Parts: sequence; C-alpha cells; structure tokens
Amino acid sequence: MGMTHIVDRRLNGKNKSAVNRERFLRRYRHHIKKAVAEAVHRRSITDIERGENVSIPKRDIDEPVFHHGQGGHREMVHPGNRDFVTGDRLPKPEGGGQGQGQGNASPDGEGMDEFAFQITQDEFLNFLFDDLELPNLVRKQLKDTESFNYVRSGFSTQGVPAKLDVIRSLRGAHARRLGLGGARRKKIRELEAQLADLKSAPADLDAAFSHDDQIRVLEDEIARLKANVKRIPFIDEIDLRYRQHLKQHKPATSAVMFCLMDVSGSMTQMHKDTAKRFFILLYLFLKKNYKKIDVVFIRHHTSAKEVDEEEFFYSRETGGTIVSSALKLMHKIIDSRYSPAEWNIYAAQASDGDNWNDDSPICGKLLTERILPLVQYFAYVEITPQDHQMLWHEYEQVQAQFPGSFAQQQIADPSEIYPVFRRLFERKAA
Amino acid sequence: MSDAIDRPNAPDVESPAIRKPVSTSSEWTFELIRQYDEEIAKCAAEFGLDTYPNQVEVISAEQMMDAYSSVGMPVGYNHWSFGKQFLSTSKGYQRGQMGLAYEIVINSNPCIAYLMEENTLPMQALVIAHACYGHNSFFKGNYLFRTWTDASAIIDYLVFARNYVSECEERHGVDAVEQILDSCHALMNHGVDRYKRPSPISAAKEALRQEEREEYLQRRVNDLWRTIPKLDEDEDPVKRKKRYPEEPQENLLYFIEKNAPLLETWQREIIRIVRKLAQYFYPQRQTQVMNEGWATFWHYTLLNRMYEKGLVTDGFMLEFLQSHTAVVYQPPFNSPWYSGINPYTLGFSIFIDLRRICEAPTDEDREWFPDIAGTDWVKTLHFAMANFKDESFIQQFLSPKVMRDLKLFAIEDDDMEDSYTVTAIHDEPGYRELREKLARQYNLSYREPNIQVWNVDLRGDRSLMLRHVPVDRVPLGEDTEEVLRHAHRLWGFDVHLESVDEGTVVEEYHCPHPPPLTP
Repeated sequence: MGMTHIVDRRLNGKNKSAVNRERFLRRYRHHIKKAVAEAVHRRSITDIERGENVSIPKRDIDEPVFHHGQGGHREMVHPGNRDFVTGDRLPKPEGGGQGQGQGNASPDGEGMDEFAFQITQDEFLNFLFDDLELPNLVRKQLKDTESFNYVRSGFSTQGVPAKLDVIRSLRGAHARRLGLGGARRKKIRELEAQLADLKSAPADLDAAFSHDDQIRVLEDEIARLKANVKRIPFIDEIDLRYRQHLKQHKPATSAVMFCLMDVSGSMTQMHKDTAKRFFILLYLFLKKNYKKIDVVFIRHHTSAKEVDEEEFFYSRETGGTIVSSALKLMHKIIDSRYSPAEWNIYAAQASDGDNWNDDSPICGKLLTERILPLVQYFAYVEITPQDHQMLWHEYEQVQAQFPGSFAQQQIADPSEIYPVFRRLFERKAA
Repeated sequence: MSDAIDRPNAPDVESPAIRKPVSTSSEWTFELIRQYDEEIAKCAAEFGLDTYPNQVEVISAEQMMDAYSSVGMPVGYNHWSFGKQFLSTSKGYQRGQMGLAYEIVINSNPCIAYLMEENTLPMQALVIAHACYGHNSFFKGNYLFRTWTDASAIIDYLVFARNYVSECEERHGVDAVEQILDSCHALMNHGVDRYKRPSPISAAKEALRQEEREEYLQRRVNDLWRTIPKLDEDEDPVKRKKRYPEEPQENLLYFIEKNAPLLETWQREIIRIVRKLAQYFYPQRQTQVMNEGWATFWHYTLLNRMYEKGLVTDGFMLEFLQSHTAVVYQPPFNSPWYSGINPYTLGFSIFIDLRRICEAPTDEDREWFPDIAGTDWVKTLHFAMANFKDESFIQQFLSPKVMRDLKLFAIEDDDMEDSYTVTAIHDEPGYRELREKLARQYNLSYREPNIQVWNVDLRGDRSLMLRHVPVDRVPLGEDTEEVLRHAHRLWGFDVHLESVDEGTVVEEYHCPHPPPLTP
C-alpha cells in the first residue's frame, strides 16, 4: 500500500504518433497522390478544402513475416459446438478454399483487401500541390521579404526640414497669430471707434472738457497695442509641423489573381464549371504560397466588367465575344490598384476559344506589350473538344515570346483539369 | 454461475449489511482513484498478490491511441508501421467501432498502467484491479517474464533505442534506417532465443559498451571472414563439408547481426535493438491466455471482494459486470463475430474452474486433478500462474468442465481430403485429445514456421542457407519470397531457403536468384 503513484499525464503531449503517421504518408505518397488526384476530379469546388479518404491495397502495406501457408494437415479447436459428434465429416466449401472457418469479417466493414484511412485538409493540399511550383515565385519572394512600406502616420512637431509641411505649419502660425492678437485687435478696433467719435464730436468750449487729452490717451493706447500685435511673430518654432511616416512591413507575400472568363452565349454552364474548377485550383495553389490573395473577377462578352464571384460564375449573357475588352480592363485595374512592385500578379483566362477574328491580334499585342511584362504568370485554358481557332494560334506566338510567364492548354473534359493544371505549373527542370 | 464465484470464500468476510461505499457517483476524481486503489490493494494483499509498485497514468483518448499504436511501448523509435497502426486505431475509434483500450499495462518496474479520462469510476476501478494487480503480479511472478525480461531496465532501454535510431536517421538518412528496420521487422519473430536465456538488457551498459561493441563486432566479423582457409583442393573433403554454424541457429537476427559480412556497425546495432525488443515481447506472446485470464480472474475476484466488504454499491457492480461480461464473451464458431478463441474467455474460465476444483471438487475433478482437488486455491492458482506458459498451462489445467462449458470441438483439415473431419468433441473419449490439440495450438513453434540458419557458404559465394522444417506438411506462406528479400538485404549475399521434410527438400526459395546448376 502506498506503493501506487498516480500521475496526471493528460497535459503531456498527444500526437506522439505524428512522426510515425508522417512516415507512413511519406512511404505511401504515390498511393495517396493517386487518391488525391481522383478526389479533385470528383469533388465539388466548395468543399475542396477538406481531408480525404484514402485506400491502399492491403497487400502493398503488409509487413511480411514467415508464416504458414495453406495446405498440409492441421487441426483447429473451436468453441460453440452444437451437434457435431466425433467422426462427422463436413464438406469443404467450393472453390478449394482451405483452412477457413476463421471468421474473416473485416472489423471496419470495408473490403478486406483495402487499408483505408483519412488524411487531413493540409495533407490533402500538400499532396495536391506536391511537385508543382509557382513560376517565378522565388524571385518575388526574396524581394518581398525585405520590402517595407512607409505609411503616413500624422504630423509631428519635430523632424527634418525635408519633411516640413509648409501649409500645415503656416496654418498653425496663422491660428496662433489670430489667437494671440485677437483680443488686442478687438480692443484696438474699440479704441479707434472711440477716437473717431471724439474727433468728430463738436469741440467743447470749456477747456477743462477738451477732447485733446482723451484723444492723446487713446492714440497712445492704440499705438501701444498695435506695437504689441506687431510683435507677435509671423511664424514661430512651435508652428512648425513635419510629416511623420512609419516603416511598415509589407504583407509577407501578396498576390492578386485575375480570373478572366468568356461568358458569351457559346459558353455553357459545363464550360463555366470546368473553368471554375480551374480557378479554384489556382486559388488554392496560390494560397499555399501567399499569405494574402486578392481575387479579381472579370467577365466579358463583347465588353468586359469587373464583377463579384457569384455574378462571375452564375449570371448568363448572350452575344458575341471580344476578348481584348477583358485584357484592357485587366490592365486598367493593375494600373489603378495593383502596382507590380507590390503585388505578384497572376492571371487565368478561360474561354471556349471563340473570338472575333479581328480581335485576336489585338489580344496578342495587349498581352505581349502591356500585360505580360507586369505579371508573374498568365495561364490560358481553352475549354473545347474542338479544333483551335484564331485566338489559340495568336496565343501560340505569345507563348513563344514569353515562355516563362505565359502558358496555354486545352481542356476537353472536366477530368482533364487536374492534369492540365499540373502541366501548366509543372516544376521546371532546373 | 457457480456459488463459489458469486461469493468468493475469502478471509474475514464481513457482513454485507455494513455498507460504506467508497463513492456513490460514477464520476472519478484523483482522490477517489487513490481511495479505490488503496482498497483494491488491501483486497489483493488478502489473496497474496505480489506486485511491482504501480504507476497509474491518467491519459486522454488521443494519448491512448498513441500508446496503442506503439504496441504499448511508452517510448518507441519512429517507424512507418507504427503510423499505420495509429491510422487504423484512430479510424476505428472515430467511427465508434472500437472501444478504446480497455487497458494498457507495461511490464516495467514500476509497472505503468494507463487509465483513460473518459472512463467512469467503476471502469477505472476495473482497470486498476485488472492491470495494476492482475497483470502486474503476473509480470512479477511468471517464470518466463522472470527469466527473459528485466522490468527495471526496459524503459531506459527503450529511450536508448529511440535515441540511437534517431541519431542514425540524422547520420545515414531516414530511408536507410527505414530499410534496415523493415528488414529487421520481417525477421523479428525469428529474432528470439527460444531456449537460451539472454543476458538482461541495461540501457546504461548498452550506451557504455556500445562503442566498445562497435569495434568488437566489426573485428569479430572480419575475423570470421579473414580466417577462412583458402580453398585447398587437397583438403580433407570431410572437413570441407563442415557447416557453419555447426549447429542450426534459431535466432536469425542474432546470427545475422554477428556474422553478416557487409553490415555497417550502426546497422548491426539496429538489428540488436529489434532483436532485444522481440525478446522482451516474446514472453507476452507465449502467455496471452494465461496473462489475460489471470488479470480477468483477479479483477473479477477483487471487485467482488470489494462488494462483499460493502465498499462498492450495487450500481457499481452492475456497471462492472456489464463490462466484465463483454470482455469474456466468446462468440460461437458459426457467429459472424467469431474470430478464434477469445483468450480472455479461455484463461478466465480455466482459472475460475481451477478455484472451483480446489474449493468444491467433484468426482470427475478428483480423477482428473488428484493433486489439486481440495487444495488451497490461492496457492494452487499462484503455482499455475508462476510455472507455465499457454501451451503447458492448457495442457495441465484445462478441465473437462471448461471444455463442456465452451463446447469445444476439434476440426481436422487435410489437403489430401475432400472434407473436414470432426476429430474430438467435449465428451468423455474426446477430452484428452481435445486438450492436447488446443494446447498445441498455443505452442508458438507450431503457430510459426520453424526456420533456422543451416549453413553459410564460407568458401564460396558467401550465401546463407536457411532451413525450414515443416510440421504436418504445412508449407510456408506467400510472404516467404518477400521475407527472403529482407533477409538478403541484411545478409548482403544470396539467401536460400529450403523446406526439408524428413530429409527431402520439398520446396526451395532463393533470393535474388536460383543458384547455378552444378553439373
């Protein structure tokens, strides 16, 4: 007695198995990657961010040991005899099954041949984006880590002359002058009024009541006050105001993602869904690499419009297609809101390939001359099982000029999204 | 249930009228656990249970899953197979298919037992009785554990092993270490000394002597290969036929650790670690029925004793009995839940019946157990616990009554026959045969193929020849080729395996390729 020691270990670390679990995932990464790839095809976009069930054939993860095989002669003792008596002969099951009689029911109700387990959302995304690399990410990241912003943070009474704010300083001086001189000026005005009254008043005949003395007194007082007022400095040191700036870390890595989509009549909901999956993949992919991501949705038919996500994917339009309208709008938005010095700019464009033929060369020109120099990467997916049209061929030339920051691929079927996505973002062999 | 079970005839029975239960609620507190433990310890002392000091650790469900997946080792080296174990445990638990860990108890001194915080107070008391007094006294008393394991050293050794493996991972890479561990695990069951007593493990000594051993091991291996005489045509052909090792070796891992020509020292050390752990777990594999039976018998007996003393309420007993009944449930052979004989049921039934034979023997018992019938049951049970392993325990103590209660029967499956044959049932002519067959079923060397190191071709291609001796013509399973690949990875040269039944080679396995035909 008294020999027992009772310890509360509940606060000790759990997750002692985390390393072993990670080792397991590492060892079977090929199986898991396959499962993840299939899941991406199957899943709806809204729940892309959760874990996944993975099954691996049991035989692939079995740990082999020397054990007995089937055959030979063996005897087993079992419980629960009901009516067998010694010497009874029982037919063996068909199909040559031997050595059975052991209950083979799987404890988890799954096929006996599968080992099933769950991976978490983070693991899912890691496997999903394994081997993929954001183009030109490294360069931007390096720059980003040391970049600061100076943001205004009011005014201060101290500072270097270069930061003197003249207007604010003068305004302060003016106020000070008003403040300090106001009462005296009022007094001066009063006295001057009295003086004027006295001077205009008819002279009194009685010398004893002469105005002259009063006038002199008033004039002296006025002169004294005016001298006082004059001594108030036009600008004083306490009026000086300096602009104050604070050094602020820029968001570690920020990116803006432009989603460009054709919503003209030829784009069916199927096209849009496919495009949507592609955008979501890109978004998740960027999310793995950037802390902050803005998404800009630009839809277009013959003219382009920046819209919210709901409208982007779900409202219907009819009519023809002018792709360049979207590119122009994109450029305008970059100009006004997303300076390439501060933002990593990505763009994904989805279309069924339709465009007014006259417009395609304009698109090529817009891309090569104005947009591509500003962006990290521009990916174009053409969702059509059919032959390419003008736009594609135009873009082929763009790709030749900007192989590092422009890529295009064709998707004929939703199941191809993931492979195409991978192809677009494949780790480039060093 | 027999009278003897319901009212254990223990010393100084108080009147159950004086009920002063330790607690009436089912919520546990540390204070209540301590009180229950004290009372259970008093009851255990009445029955002369000798235990190591206990260390009861209260843990959460997640921690229990961790403990589960490291085969109950409180500290373990990292390996993917434990991760696999963890994944299947946590999945089973999350789906509610598996009640988590009735208990985990570690054969160490002090004896560590885990209590899960989710359990109710009666469950905690049950686990304390089962693990801290049942298993604990078994670890301390059973001859296999006394001979083969060193309870005071195991934790330190596990820490040593974990650190050593992780150092190797840093130095040689995770993959290289994983490969060696995979191969060792494949041969782990054949990495134990079954007959020879190993030297006890000690972490301090291991660490101290490890460097020494590094040099020593390498030198020894080099010596073996250097001193091989040059192939000499004139040499005595008899002498040339002498095998190495001269006697077959049962411990494959030991043999490889000491003799594989190309292994680096750290690799030998890892083999040694796996081998030591296999040896540590070996007694548990041979005493599952006894160990669980003993622990179950004692939680049942001790808590009933608490009830007699008025220390627990009726409600407590109902909850306890419900868990107890679930633990000892044996589905019949034709049930969808049947997966072999439940070791808890078999062990518990034998110990309970042993007590009955001592306390209220029948004529049948006197005939079958003349030495035991009517003796002091506490002494007899302790004797049975201390001096046997599953095989001999069943052979010695399985009574006709238990065979009848469990309705045991034996089925013969011969690949030369079209049908199964019922060879014995729970009746007078069948008892002895049935008992023998069931005992044999628990003989590890019957359950696992007998494979030994037969010869090393010292003068030739350095190949390693293993020999399998089949029992009852039972061949090796389909994993054999795969295991041989692991043996080959460790040995570094060709590995061959022959099944030799009564002097005839019935099957051959080779890795990586069959040997050239000799003209």
